[in-house]
Amino acid sequence: MKENPQMIRLTYREAVREAIREALRKDDRVFLMGEDVGRYGGCFAVSKGLLQEFGPERIRDTPLSESAFVGAGIGAAMGGMRPIVEIMTVNFSLLAADQILNNAATILHMSGGQFNIPLVIRMATGGGRQVAAQHSHSLEGWYAHIPGIKVLTPATLEDARGMLWTALEDPDPVLIFENSNLYNMEGQLPADAGPVDIDRARVRRPGSDVTIITYSASLFKALDAAEILAREGIDAEVIDLRTLRPLDQETFLASVTKTHRAVIVDEGWRSGSISAEIAARIMEGAFYELDAPVERICSVEVPMPYAKHLEQAALPQTETIVTTIKRMMHS
Amino acid sequence: MSPETIIKPTNTETISSQRIVSISRERALHLLYQMIRIRRFEAKSAELYGAMKIRGFLHLYDGEEAVAVGVMEALRPEDAVVATYREHGHALARGIPASAIMAEMYGKQEGCSRGRGGSMHLFDAKTRFYGGNAIVGGGLPLAVGLALADKMQGKRRVTCCFFGDGAVAEGEFHESMNLAALWQLPVLFICENNLYAMGTALRLSQSVTDLAKKAAGYAVAAEAVDGMDVLAVEVAAKKAAEIVRAGEGPYFLECRTYRFRGHSAFDTELYRTKAEVEEWKERDPIKTFIEHLKNQGLVSEMDLNELERKVADEIKEAVDFAEAGTWEPVEDLTRFVYSEWRGV
Ligand SMILES: Cc1ncc(C[n+]2csc(CCOP(=O)(O)OP(=O)(O)O)c2C)c(N)n1
Ligand SMILES: [Mg+2]
Repeated sequence: MKENPQMIRLTYREAVREAIREALRKDDRVFLMGEDVGRYGGCFAVSKGLLQEFGPERIRDTPLSESAFVGAGIGAAMGGMRPIVEIMTVNFSLLAADQILNNAATILHMSGGQFNIPLVIRMATGGGRQVAAQHSHSLEGWYAHIPGIKVLTPATLEDARGMLWTALEDPDPVLIFENSNLYNMEGQLPADAGPVDIDRARVRRPGSDVTIITYSASLFKALDAAEILAREGIDAEVIDLRTLRPLDQETFLASVTKTHRAVIVDEGWRSGSISAEIAARIMEGAFYELDAPVERICSVEVPMPYAKHLEQAALPQTETIVTTIKRMMHS
Repeated sequence: MSPETIIKPTNTETISSQRIVSISRERALHLLYQMIRIRRFEAKSAELYGAMKIRGFLHLYDGEEAVAVGVMEALRPEDAVVATYREHGHALARGIPASAIMAEMYGKQEGCSRGRGGSMHLFDAKTRFYGGNAIVGGGLPLAVGLALADKMQGKRRVTCCFFGDGAVAEGEFHESMNLAALWQLPVLFICENNLYAMGTALRLSQSVTDLAKKAAGYAVAAEAVDGMDVLAVEVAAKKAAEIVRAGEGPYFLECRTYRFRGHSAFDTELYRTKAEVEEWKERDPIKTFIEHLKNQGLVSEMDLNELERKVADEIKEAVDFAEAGTWEPVEDLTRFVYSEWRGV
């Protein structure tokens, strides 16, 4: 098949890298800082080659000091820069949780609006790579609990490429979660792909029978499930939240009002999760539209096991989405 | 539990303490005025706390005034300040109006943080005062970042970061010292060593209690100074700020001082003796400075009376301002969670 000449083929990783490169080119105030972002090329090779292109001042390797370099990002943002701080993975962001929650999220408010923090923090997230409990957390929903920050979860190449610039233009701290299983995902993007909005959910597959609400890597499991269901005559609508805070409830409430059924697929643990939040909002905003109870497919509440079969059993899976929806449709 | 040892105010023998500095009458009166206004402001704050006009936590600075006042003399308007929750003194010395600080503690929208911060979170963009921070050690990385921004933008400015002896035990202290030294950033670290973190004496929390020595491990220039001597602090801070401003990297200045009041209004002071406090009060930075200036014939009783009157007027005005202040409408509750504008 002939490729569209205006389209380029690239991976999610390359899309993120292009976004960073574009930002560094467009704005002198932008710099990238984090562990192994320079000489090593980034622990997921996202920033590979950027050191050679932009030099060590702007592609800044840091010591293993998550709290200090995240805090330094906050300070630099207040001091007139536009830092992109990379934390290797969400698991290590816990060592900087104090800076994120107690400083980044509060200073605008505590200063009565005087000091905003135009900071972007990127980090990898998610399980599924057999790296066991300490390297497999999905805490983006947990961060979405915090007012004062924004939480983005780009799933598509378009969003991986386009969300960063919009996040950098935002006056307030934005956290971008990149599911590490997506970095090798390949696809096509227009050569001139650019910034996208960061506040609206998107309907990735229109449908009329049931709404699947999801985000990040689970989007593709949901889309696969929708294809399988379509063969059986069930037409699922798939919504990609894209942003977990602020949550675009308008889009999913409109969808549920149309389909009268909702399933939430969330790689986070069930208790106190973003899936719980969405279910609650559906109760508040579309209760009388429902033909069936809202269902949730989340990670099983266990520290992520190492063994492959156990790990896969712990994560939301396409089959579970399919069987859950069939049960809903026939009840 | 009773305190085992009295921590005597003798840990200043080996450090620079210089009443030998010659000083003009005008400067002497200025320094004295700054210290007295902080002392009286704190007394008023304590009183208003008792009267329940001020609520929340209240950490007072009595005994430590020479540190904030001496250090601020070394800063310029373009410099930045990052402070702790015990920061009324820093805010006043930096030039935030007493009225705006008092209104903040009342929780009024005329306060320097619109009543969103309170005593521990005084902020002021005009004087580049980046807040009181109530997480021990939490301000150090911010100071490193502000300095990084200056360095990357070629701005010759100093970021001055205050923290207590307790913060030295936090990981953020060590991470920040290392980062500032590694990247040669213009941070002036001011450690206010008042010998206690709440009720835990320094010797019970540090294996090495000579804090300036810790800076050496990060190749940060360091000095300890008698924090009860405003002139000594001023001299040391000016020297340090010059080095930092010249781009020669960060500087660590340990100011050895003592807090006369409890940690906060809730402190019953079980961890130290009255005798120890009394002994340190002999070295009260205001009292000893006045003695010194009188001996030098630089100030008279009349000068002092006039200073006190001026300070009393200022504080009265501040209280009146706070009393007359208004409550932010509850409809505004969720303002300042996100910026009210887009695009930067
Ligand atoms: C991270 C953190 N841990 C504990 C506390 C509770 N706390 C508040 S002040 C304080 C003592 C700090 O002592 P120091 O740094 O010496 O400052 P000082 O109060 O003596 O000025 C403690 C433990 C806190 N605010 N933050
Ligand atoms: Mg202390």
